[in-house]
Order: sequence, then C-alpha cells, then structure tokens
Amino acid sequence: MALLTHFLRRLAVAVPTLAALIVVSFILMHAAPGGPFTGDRPLPEDVMANIEAKYGLDQPLHRQLLTYFTGIVLEFDFGPSFRYRDRSVNDIIAQGFPVTLTYGMIAFVVAVLVGAALGIAAALSKNTWLDYLAVGVSVGAQVLPNFVMAPILVLVFTLWLGLLPGGGWGGLDWRYVVMPVVALSTSFMASIARLSRSSMLEVMSSDFIRTARAKGLSRRRIVLGHALKPAMLPVVSYLGPVFVYMVTGSVVIDLYFSTGGIGQFYVNSALNRDYAVMMGITILIGALTIAFNLIVDMIYAWIDPQIRFRGRQQ
Amino acid sequence: MIVSRRLLRLVVNFARPDPSAGRSLWSDARGRFLSNRAAAASVAVLALIILFSVLGPSLSAWTHDEIDWSVLGQVREKGAPSLGTGHYFGTDELGRDLFVRVAEGTRVSLAVGIVGALISVVVGTAYGTVAGYCGGRIDNLMMRTVDVLMALPNIFLVILLMVAFGHSLTLLFVGIGMISWLDMSRIVRGQTLALKSATFVEAAAATGVGTGAIMVRHILPNLVGVVAVYATLLVPGMILAESFISFLGLGVQEPNTSWGALIAEGAATMQYGTLWQLAAPLLFFVATLFCFYFIGDGLRDALDPKEQA
Repeated sequence: MALLTHFLRRLAVAVPTLAALIVVSFILMHAAPGGPFTGDRPLPEDVMANIEAKYGLDQPLHRQLLTYFTGIVLEFDFGPSFRYRDRSVNDIIAQGFPVTLTYGMIAFVVAVLVGAALGIAAALSKNTWLDYLAVGVSVGAQVLPNFVMAPILVLVFTLWLGLLPGGGWGGLDWRYVVMPVVALSTSFMASIARLSRSSMLEVMSSDFIRTARAKGLSRRRIVLGHALKPAMLPVVSYLGPVFVYMVTGSVVIDLYFSTGGIGQFYVNSALNRDYAVMMGITILIGALTIAFNLIVDMIYAWIDPQIRFRGRQQ
Repeated sequence: MIVSRRLLRLVVNFARPDPSAGRSLWSDARGRFLSNRAAAASVAVLALIILFSVLGPSLSAWTHDEIDWSVLGQVREKGAPSLGTGHYFGTDELGRDLFVRVAEGTRVSLAVGIVGALISVVVGTAYGTVAGYCGGRIDNLMMRTVDVLMALPNIFLVILLMVAFGHSLTLLFVGIGMISWLDMSRIVRGQTLALKSATFVEAAAATGVGTGAIMVRHILPNLVGVVAVYATLLVPGMILAESFISFLGLGVQEPNTSWGALIAEGAATMQYGTLWQLAAPLLFFVATLFCFYFIGDGLRDALDPKEQA
C-alpha cells in the first residue's frame, strides 16, 4: 500500500516533467532567430512559404505545439526531419538507438557490478593492498571522463598495440564493443566504487552488525545477510544520475567511435540545425531518464524499510 | 553535480558550531586544511595553472590564432615541442602555437567552471533559503519545480540553446549557469530547514525581527560553510560539462578554444604521430580536476566537526 502511494506520488511528478520537457524544447527551437531553412542564400518567398506549409510551420504556434505534442504522446511520432527529405525522426531513432542501447546497457551493468564489487571488497579488507589499489584506481579514474578515456584507449589498443579496431560497429562482435564500454563506464565505475566502499564501511561499524557478530554469526552471513542491503542503498539512489550521465556520454562515444548510434545523428543534426531530430532525440532521452528514475525510486522504496513500512505504522 | 548522501551529511554536519572549541572554528579549519598535504599542494598547483593561463600568452612570441607558416604542412616534423622554435608545447595541425592555445583554453574552461559555481552560489542559495524558510505550500511548489528541472536532460537543452542562438561564449556561461544552481538549492534548503528550528532563529522571530531580516542576518551567515565546500566541488562538474560540449564541437568556436575543443583536436590528429597535441591540454585538464577534487575533500574534512577529536 505504501509502495503504491509512493509510486503514484512519483508518477505525479514524472508526467508534468515530460510535458515540460516537450514544451521547453519546442519553445527553444521556435524562439531561435532564423528558421532551419535559412541558408547562406535566401530562398525565394514563395518557395519558403511552400516549405513552411509542408512542415506546418505556417500554422499558429499553439497549433504547432498541439500537433507536435499529440503526435508524440498518442502515436509516438516525432515528425519529419528538416534536413533529410526521405527520413522521419522515427526512422533515425530506429536506426541509431539499438546500437547505443546495446553498448550503453553493457556499460551500465559493468559500471555498477564491477564498481560495487570493487568498493565492497575494498571496505571488507580495509587498509590492505586491495583497499589501497581500489581507492587509488577510483581516485585516478574520476578525472577520466568518456571523452578523455576514448582517445587514450584508441591510442593504446589501436595505434600502439593494434589489437582492436578504432571505431565502427559490427553488431555484437566483441571487438567493437570493448572500447566504447570501457570508455563510457570507467569514471562511473570509480564513483560507484568510492560510494559503496564508504557506505559499506559505515554499515559494518554500526550497532546491528556488532550485535550480529556478538550472536556468533559467520562473517559471510553478516556481510551477505545483514550488511549488503543497507550498504547498497546509496548506490541505488545514485543509479539515476549514472544513467543520465551515461546517456549523455554515449553522444561522445557514438561520435568518436563512429558506431552509427544515436549520438552521431544528434551531433550531425546540431551542426545542420535540424531541429526536428534534435528535439526528438532530446525528448526520447528525457522520457527514458524519467522512466528510469521512476523504476529506481521504486527499487529504493522496496529496499528501504523506512519507506516500505511507513504505511503500516500510520 | 552528483552528491552522495554521505557527502551531503558531511557537508551539512560541519556547519554546527562545536561547543567545546575555545579557538575559532575558522582558524582550526585552516590548520586542518593545511595539514592535509594533498589539499595544500593542490592549492599551489592550481595557483600555478591560473598564473600560466593569465601570463602564458605574454611569455610567447605567438598569439592564439596566428599561424606559423614555416611548420604548416610539416607539423609532424617541425611542429614538435621545442625551445628553439618558440613553440614550447609544439603547434597544432594548422601551425598555431599550442602553448598559447592551451593557456587560452585553460582560461576559458576555468572561467566557465568558476562562473557556473558563482551562479549556483547566488541563485541556488537565494532559492534554497526562501524555499526552506517559507516552508509550506511555497516550499512545495519551489522544490517540485527543481525536481522537474533536474529530471530534464539538461546538457541536451544547453546544446539546443547553443544551436538555436549561436555558439557564443556568453551563451555557454548562461547555459551552464542555468543548470548549476539546482543541486545547490536543494542542499541550502535542507540546511535552512535545520536552522529554522534553531533557538536563535526562534528568539529573533519572538523579538519581532522581520522574515527578510532573519533570512539575511541569521540564516545566510550560517550557510557560508556548506555553500563554500559545495561550490568547490561544483567547479569540476561545470568544467566537465563545458569540455563535453566543446569536445563535440558544439561549444566554444574557432579561433577561441577550451580544453574540450583542444582535446578533441588532439584526439583527431594523434594517428599522425603528433601526440603532443593531445598530451598538453589533457595534462592541464587532468591536473586541474585533481586539484579541485583534493581541495574540495580537504575543505570538507577541515570543516567537519567529526574530525575535531
């Protein structure tokens, strides 16, 4: 019951957020001086009028917004691209999104699992070589964001060692996946490792763990049965931001490794002032983020007894 | 921009005055900060980097957009770092002096980071104080607005803004500033809520001090510490955001430059064997981020009353 109320409360924030996102990006684009079709040479007036009529730009603003809004919400239709005559924004998303999603998911799982494992291992063997190694690696890795990692990886593994291709995409061929995943996940792996280490240390020094130890439980049962869940709470609440930053970072990865993912289209459309594609991708990413945050919130509520039992106590 | 709960609590904790302290909180904190070797060294390194970014251009015979025609086309052979040619960090692919360009980029990136942090201090503090102190419906409305703004893909909206209105440096500052104050307003609000129920605030209200005066004279001074620590930790986030946008070629435009743009250029040309073009900006970028992280950590530890054993 408490979970359901919690869910509804979160949903009441999520839906207006999405609406706000659509309206904000729409207004930003339409307030821009010079439309998407203004080039170096001005087009004849009647040609311009025809083009604007085709894309519905001659309609009053509120009508345009309404059409765009209902198109997205009801039919998941982001409209035509302003630049590519034969493609809609949906086509571009359908082409690029699966690639980005593939390595993005792998990078996310790698960052969370390796980061948490590293942090927990470091906390459980505090002040040993393992701890120092983990802390050293995670301090170093936090100044290595994706756009720094990507060139360094290519330099070492493509130019010097000649082991991996410097870009491109071959479906699930691991040689094309390794560098995007490592470049994208490194700095987040580091922050997750730091976070879970400090959180685990704190939990292990708390009273209920001392009680468990006094009862004579084995170290294994203390860690797995008692300490793990509360120690992971801060990590779970950090998953939302990690997701956002990974989605953002994938733009760099797509561009640098020429994977043909959605980020490449995004940057190209930004350089071409293809507003329809930019808006479409921004809104898609925003919607994904909002949905993901909702899921993380629910996982958090499910793990955190303070939220789970609040309804029952009242 | 990311705050762990532990960090938040540490930041918040230190603002409580220590009842047993006979010495001033600040002189204590300074002593602790300076005894943290990494933090103290970081201040020195950061000072050198700032000095370089300001004085660097006047130490060289070149300017940031001047092309050395004698190396153009033979950058790999003649453009390497050397004292003889006057290109201390070498030249870029177009034969422009990298020493001056890195100094220029450092100035732009640092400025974006610091301006972003300043905006977050001013806007975030004002917003958070008002929301926290007024409470009730106003607080609810203000904080739900922040929730909504935080859930938007902000970097993408900044790029949208830059594409729509031209890639000017001013707009970059505005865009980064627009997203930087959100976290700060949350932290300040939480801290204000705690201060609101403190006895000295109650006493002020009881003696008839107005709401505005209480906020300015009693709440704000007690927020200084939290805000200072958090602002230091915000700078690297702002620098990362700017570098990210410029790396994509959507931020600072030629002939101006920033770390992100320089790293992108260096990364694009490294297969021709001109590694110094990547190494020089990367070194400054990494060193500066390390400095800010260490200084932020040092400040936090120095101002945390838990450490006052």
